[in-house]
Amino acid sequence: MDQPKIELSGVTKAFGAKQVLTGVDLTVAEGESVVIIGGSGTGKSVTVKCILGLLKPDAGSIKIDGREVTGLSVGERDKVNRQVGMLFQGGALFDSLPVWENVAFGLLSRKQCGREEAREIAARKLAMVGLKREIGEAQPADLSIGMQKRVGLARAIATDPEIILFDEPTTGLDPIMADMINELIVHVNQEVGATALSISHDMESARKIGDRIAMLYQGKIVWAGDPADIDGETDPVVDQFVHGRVDGPIKMAIRA
Amino acid sequence: MKPLRAIGRVFLAFLGTAGRLTMFAGTSVTHCFLPPYYPRIMLRQMIEIGYFSLPVVGLTAVFAGMVLALQSYTGFARFSAEGAIANVVVLSVTRELAPVLGGLMIAGRVGASMAAEIGTMRVTEQIDALTTLSTNPIKYLVVPRIIAGVVMLPFLILIADIIGVFGGFLVSVYKLGFNPAIYLQNTWDFLEPLDVISGLVKASVFGFLVALMGCYHGYYSKGGAQGVGTATTNAVVSASILILCFNYILTEAFFGL
Ligand SMILES: Nc1ncnc2c1ncn2[C@@H]1O[C@H](COP(=O)(O)OP(=O)(O)OP(=O)(O)O)[C@@H](O)[C@H]1O
Ligand SMILES: [Mg+2]
Repeated sequence: MDQPKIELSGVTKAFGAKQVLTGVDLTVAEGESVVIIGGSGTGKSVTVKCILGLLKPDAGSIKIDGREVTGLSVGERDKVNRQVGMLFQGGALFDSLPVWENVAFGLLSRKQCGREEAREIAARKLAMVGLKREIGEAQPADLSIGMQKRVGLARAIATDPEIILFDEPTTGLDPIMADMINELIVHVNQEVGATALSISHDMESARKIGDRIAMLYQGKIVWAGDPADIDGETDPVVDQFVHGRVDGPIKMAIRA
Repeated sequence: MKPLRAIGRVFLAFLGTAGRLTMFAGTSVTHCFLPPYYPRIMLRQMIEIGYFSLPVVGLTAVFAGMVLALQSYTGFARFSAEGAIANVVVLSVTRELAPVLGGLMIAGRVGASMAAEIGTMRVTEQIDALTTLSTNPIKYLVVPRIIAGVVMLPFLILIADIIGVFGGFLVSVYKLGFNPAIYLQNTWDFLEPLDVISGLVKASVFGFLVALMGCYHGYYSKGGAQGVGTATTNAVVSASILILCFNYILTEAFFGL
């Protein structure tokens, strides 16, 4: 079997007394698209931030291309991150820069091309997420949340990274736009060949973009498998989440 | 045991903060001497600090100079020593009032906006995004602000010196009836280069302190809008206190026995 592109084993992370991840095991093969699902506040974003090195796991190992990446020096970490694109949950656009510079930020900071060429690439990537060229001149604060999300997406794919991490790419978008973004992710994954790890709340979107779905619950991956199998799954946690039922093992804070 | 434990906790928290601040200052200063630089951002900060702060600092200086002339007249008239007013005004303004009051105004204006901007970038994950896009946030956000503060404040305070002396001149001539030529002559005769230079060195140090506190509190802010608000307050308060404290230390170093 090929070496996995991303491999997490036994990753734990706590904030103070609050244990968020209790041992996450997850592998993503090269060129695969995996979707992490799970309730709000279960640590999906934390998992992705650990992969990016923005948070340091308390224990466990994270390997990218077979190389241990926890505890790398800043410089080495940056070399790894150059092949990774990230869409943050809140967009995280730089509001002091116009949209096109946001999209081209990685290209410019890594000096991969000049400003004019970067502008062209930015316009192309904006078109891929369904935004007109003129939007490039706008300030991020003037865009709607959904548009900001798409700009964030364009920024994540601007450097043509090998690994793309999407934190809730379709939340806050209308159904048509959401579907377009799903297709874009499928395109980037299948035609460009990037390895994709996405986070989603939306089962429909998860089925569409995922080769595999992994469910995070109580700090662990409790289920991982083919999207086609998830409906027939008898595990009560997965069953409850997939069908969005209030009753079941997953207790919302309101009844705690 | 309870009170002891509380004291211990406060003490440890203080040590933690002091250590973190020292680390932050050390890293930031080191990065000031290592490329890459971001000239556009530095220029923007310089304009923000140097140019857009002029009205605030200028008004502060002119009123400080005016009130100084008025007050010293009241005092000196008792000893028929009105001639010393020009001397008092120019020394106080260049040595103390312009740098300290100017620094405090800059702490309120610039330090607060730095903390708010960087704090917002922290809580909206923009700083994380910078890191993932191969940009060191210290170099990109902190270094331009610190350099702008250190470089621009002396210029700003030099202008404040002139405006402050002019304020004293206005009151002395138009209200107290001094001869303008003699007043200016007195001002010039008493002025030593060290008076101005010490003020400008202070200004530079204050610029560093304001930028450092603004960046530090913004950089470590957490907890949404409220956290950014706290960071802003802390940046202004801590910068102001440090300015007053370093003002004493520097005065002692320049003029102490
Ligand atoms: N920097 C941090 N400091 C303290 N606690 C944190 C931090 N980041 C995350 N947490 C906590 O970790 C838990 C998981 O957060 P995370 O953002 O990963 O949730 P999530 O699964 O992405 O949820 P959502 O679907 O709502 O985005 C939350 O309870 C949160 O309070
Ligand atoms: Mg999240």
